[in-house]
Amino acid sequence: MTNLILAWAITASQIMLGLAMGCAAWRIFLSPRAQDRVLGLDTLYVNAMLLLLTFGIQTGRTVYFETSLIIALLGSVGTIALAKFLMRGEVIE
Amino acid sequence: MIQAPDLPGWAALLVALFVLGGAAFTLIGSLGLLRLGSFYDRVHSPTLGTTFGVVLIILGSMLCFSVLQSRPLVHELLIAVFVTLTTPVTLMLLVRAALYRDRTMGNSGVPPAEDAPTD
Repeated sequence: MTNLILAWAITASQIMLGLAMGCAAWRIFLSPRAQDRVLGLDTLYVNAMLLLLTFGIQTGRTVYFETSLIIALLGSVGTIALAKFLMRGEVIE
Repeated sequence: MIQAPDLPGWAALLVALFVLGGAAFTLIGSLGLLRLGSFYDRVHSPTLGTTFGVVLIILGSMLCFSVLQSRPLVHELLIAVFVTLTTPVTLMLLVRAALYRDRTMGNSGVPPAEDAPTD
């Protein structure tokens, strides 16, 4: 019984995280200026990382943890590079 | 598609609560990305996902794997520490860039650049 509740809760949270990723993607494609797109990309990274963590809970494997750690590492680097590009017009000076 | 690890009752309920709460916080933060008016308002809303969402889902994951393997597993804390450290730095850089762009374009509603410090 409690396992059924857990299964439904995990599925519902995956749907919610998918909707959150949809919101972030909407912000990437339809937004007034470039900084909004970068913010949407950052949100998309975090939401994808959380979605992978819930997949890890669902299947009980630790592979998903490593994937989400890599996304957490590389996502912020990407956003910093894009912010630098918006500021200066080039990434490495 | 609908499946769950074989956890004892109390752990299953706690993990379900943590995961649902974290996903709800993240969804609310991402909805704020669509609803709020200006860029400087919108910067605040995804941080709901990077604080409460990340912490709650990571608590659920740590509890699940610790109970499954019957020993404390805390390697998910790495993700929490990393996200907590990088998000403020990243968003401050992004807002600095946006402020610079707004000032260069001469948009209204942006605070003027402070003068160079005189001593």
